Amino acid sequence: MYDVKKIREQFPMLNGKIMQGHPLVYLDNASTTLKPQCVIDAINNYLCNETANSHRGDYDLLFNMDMKVLETRKVVAKLVNSEPNEVVFTSGDTMSLNLIAMSYGFQFLKKDDEIIVSEAEHASNLLPWYEISHLTGAVIKFIPLDKEGRLTVENLQKVITKKTKIVSIAQVSNVLGNVVDVKSFAKVAHENGAVLVVDGAQSVPHMPIDFKDSDIDFLTFSSHKMCGPTGVGCLVGKYELLKQMWPYFVGGGMNVSFNKNIEMVPYEPPMRFEAGTLNLEGICGFKAAVEFLLEIGIENIHKHDQELCDYAISKLEKCDDIVIYNKNSRNGIIAFNKKGVFAQDEATLLNSKGIAIRSGQHCAKILNDFLGTPATCRMSTYLYTTKEDIDAFVDALINGGDILDAYFN
Amino acid sequence: MLTLTNDMMRSIIMDHYSNPLNKHQPTSDKFTQIHMHSDNCIDDLNIFLLIENDVVTDACFDGVACTISTASTDIMCDLLKGKKTDEAKNIIKQYDNMIHEQPFDEEVLEEAIVFINTSKQAARIRCATIGWNAADAILKGK
Repeated sequence: MYDVKKIREQFPMLNGKIMQGHPLVYLDNASTTLKPQCVIDAINNYLCNETANSHRGDYDLLFNMDMKVLETRKVVAKLVNSEPNEVVFTSGDTMSLNLIAMSYGFQFLKKDDEIIVSEAEHASNLLPWYEISHLTGAVIKFIPLDKEGRLTVENLQKVITKKTKIVSIAQVSNVLGNVVDVKSFAKVAHENGAVLVVDGAQSVPHMPIDFKDSDIDFLTFSSHKMCGPTGVGCLVGKYELLKQMWPYFVGGGMNVSFNKNIEMVPYEPPMRFEAGTLNLEGICGFKAAVEFLLEIGIENIHKHDQELCDYAISKLEKCDDIVIYNKNSRNGIIAFNKKGVFAQDEATLLNSKGIAIRSGQHCAKILNDFLGTPATCRMSTYLYTTKEDIDAFVDALINGGDILDAYFN
Repeated sequence: MLTLTNDMMRSIIMDHYSNPLNKHQPTSDKFTQIHMHSDNCIDDLNIFLLIENDVVTDACFDGVACTISTASTDIMCDLLKGKKTDEAKNIIKQYDNMIHEQPFDEEVLEEAIVFINTSKQAARIRCATIGWNAADAILKGK
């Protein structure tokens, strides 16, 4: 039995936080998520009781921190079904994608090779490829979206060729919430000799992912979108690929040896990619967050997101002046506009009622050309969202009054 | 000095948003132009000022913008037209003071007083000032 009330009790921000005179209704979970007490306690415990570096087990505190980092690799591996030594810690999804581009991409791309992305991608899964395209002369191609803004295997097949070396797509679009069949994408990519990079920022927190079974090559995600702290995230990569990759970030903690002949021998993965001191309080919080999600069950969270999405869509569909851009995506993200109202103005009105949603291009600037609007509003749910939150949101949207009320009431 | 009720202020903003008379391309190539985009809103504007003999003889703008940035920029263009550059700089300074809840001279702001409540919605301060910052940059030769 999914007890949303009991879940909410664990989030300080959902118990007493007031915004513009109203209890916070938080519907911006695609942007970042609120933190449960267990995550806050884990970070606090690192700062109060466990402070130490990792990498050198000379005394108890250091040894314990090394163990904590290893345990975190294990729980993350459990979450996505990979091996623990396939889990590389980064500062988050963006750094993970940059790392793949700068390490794997720089090493294996040459002039006129192809990198395939989609029109729906977030800047974090486009701009690293733009950079590597400039550096290597590789060409970027876009998978066209179907009428509903989805990425299909058929459309991948239309653009992929034997020159394609990398296919990089988000499993769930951060604007439209559509889910990509990554297992089929991996099959097509591999048939053409390419690797598949999956940006899991919006999928890993919300739905079960099986890294091994889906046969994807790289998977990236951030802790802060799954109840963990900001500044930490993961690159999960097939070990045989990680082994072939030369580290992009270098420094302490990632090498076996170096000498005056300008030579360096890196550690084996994953540590060769983790130069410098890791975000250790972040890793402690991340571990607590993943354990928290595993306890509730990702499948249950996924069902909860879908139920709320169906509920919200059924209410919004009754309103003539609301345009919904992704009626069928059912994945915790609804992109919409109120007819005749600029997206930012609607977000400001909702803010005045204590409701947090995002407006704008959501870092997916190419997608707005497809949608035919300069900006959209986006509401997004998570494990603690209730039907009451949706009711408050829809009520404010429909009966919230004039957009200038926010300034004059 | 204008005494405006809330309803009057609302209708002034909506009027300048729905029918921004200064939202058009400049009429000659003598205008100085600055492009501004917001990092927290979709606002993406070009501001054009025609400055002749130390006087702002014309002002206009174009681009994509929300209610607050469209109306505030349109009102600003009305206000700056015909002003000496020093007067124009002072109007912008007084407006900036008002937005940031500092003491300001109401007399010179005229209709721009309608944005006095912007600080209630702090996330939109950038929208209410984007056009004004652009004009200020042009006037100060930045």
